[in-house]
Amino acid sequence: MSEVEDSARPAIARGLRLQWEPAQEAHVLLYPEGMVKLNGSAGQILARCDGVRTLTEIVADLERAYGATGLRDDVAAFVLLALERRWLELRA
Amino acid sequence: MSVAPPPSQSARAPGPPLWLLLELTYRCPLHCVFCYNPTEFAAVGKELPTAEWLRVLREARALGAVQLGLSGGEPLVREDLEPIVAEAHALGYYINLITSGVGMTEERISALKAAGLDHIQLSFQDSTRELNDFLSSTRTFELKARVAELIRKYGYPMVLNVVLHRLNIDHVGEILAMAETLGAQYVELANTQYYGWAWLNRAHLLPSRAQLERAEEATRRFRARVGTAMQIYFVVPDYFETRPKPCMNGLGSVFLTIAPDGIAMPCHAARMLPGLSLPSVREQSVREIWYDSPAFNHFRGEAWMKEPCRSCPERSADFGGCRCQAYLLTGDAANADPVCDLSPHHGLVTAAVAEAERAPAAPLIFRDHRISIAVEPLRGRSPVP
Repeated sequence: MSEVEDSARPAIARGLRLQWEPAQEAHVLLYPEGMVKLNGSAGQILARCDGVRTLTEIVADLERAYGATGLRDDVAAFVLLALERRWLELRA
Repeated sequence: MSVAPPPSQSARAPGPPLWLLLELTYRCPLHCVFCYNPTEFAAVGKELPTAEWLRVLREARALGAVQLGLSGGEPLVREDLEPIVAEAHALGYYINLITSGVGMTEERISALKAAGLDHIQLSFQDSTRELNDFLSSTRTFELKARVAELIRKYGYPMVLNVVLHRLNIDHVGEILAMAETLGAQYVELANTQYYGWAWLNRAHLLPSRAQLERAEEATRRFRARVGTAMQIYFVVPDYFETRPKPCMNGLGSVFLTIAPDGIAMPCHAARMLPGLSLPSVREQSVREIWYDSPAFNHFRGEAWMKEPCRSCPERSADFGGCRCQAYLLTGDAANADPVCDLSPHHGLVTAAVAEAERAPAAPLIFRDHRISIAVEPLRGRSPVP
């Protein structure tokens, strides 16, 4: 995999869980035998990967939330990384 | 975007106990020769009642604990496993059941699923019925395969754990093939760590260097074939290393273990460490234990270190290795882990590896209640008998 389609619908992979942890002031991704503490932008992206929204919609939502533009390539690069690490999977 | 490093370790401001391991019981139907449970488990006091476990869960969660391991012994022996899981789920833990599979039925897995259990790590002893059953001194091989089927049926990721040692390490290729057949997504090939019963049986269990290299090669070939479909963790036996493992990421850093009798430990083998007055959740809150108890503060930071660790540039990366291993091998828990080739005791490790080239004469000792009553608690230096 080298590209994420704009129409792709990424979701947290089955068996993993994303949640906000007040004690760590961060989103964490929980999986068998492991835990990843996410930085702010990674947490905000993964929190929007619900298997319903497309990449385009996720980018638009983030750009609205942060009053920014031109986030598409950064978000797509992270989604690709998260797919490779099996944090995310694509839903039809 | 990056994976954040683990919280930094400081004597003054320890982070929260992010990983909580509840050893709900030392009772176990298996008799594994490599078990890390204390050899004197039969002398350990009464198990905590349900209400106490639930209180521990609430108190630790309030401090920030989030990864929860339910282990033992065999946790399925506890008839209150389901309410414990339900409370943990309601509190927001990610819950791992670490089991041999013995005691798992469709009725129980269905109840555990409904209670919110997140995943199940199933142990196998080997890819063959003969060795699986021999090593655990039970007839459990077919049972485990049936439990794996239940795990799949209930939509859990298949997470297998196989403890490796001299008697099964030559089967790594077959073990991985078995894991593939069972539909495993995660496989932990955990070389034996030498504590508890495994320490008693070390001469039988430590593989030869040639065995280890063949096993690593078999794992490489398998990985090359299946790609990322199966994640394989190959835990190297640290006796073959020249630098120690960063054990528990430093004691008192992120790991908190509660033993069946309510004793709180900074690692699951710490009961053997002399002079460490381990607190009990029967007497103190988890907060007091984690932040204020002498036992949890003792090995935080670097003040406890001796040379060569004290002045070593790598001390903040490996924390001097494993305190229990330092104690078992040298008799002093504050020494450098002798796995490190900078340790003046490293010769003890290389001698053990050299001995592994020949078969031992003494018999294997199976984890057993009667033997547990008979053995002396582990004290440093000589793997008995």
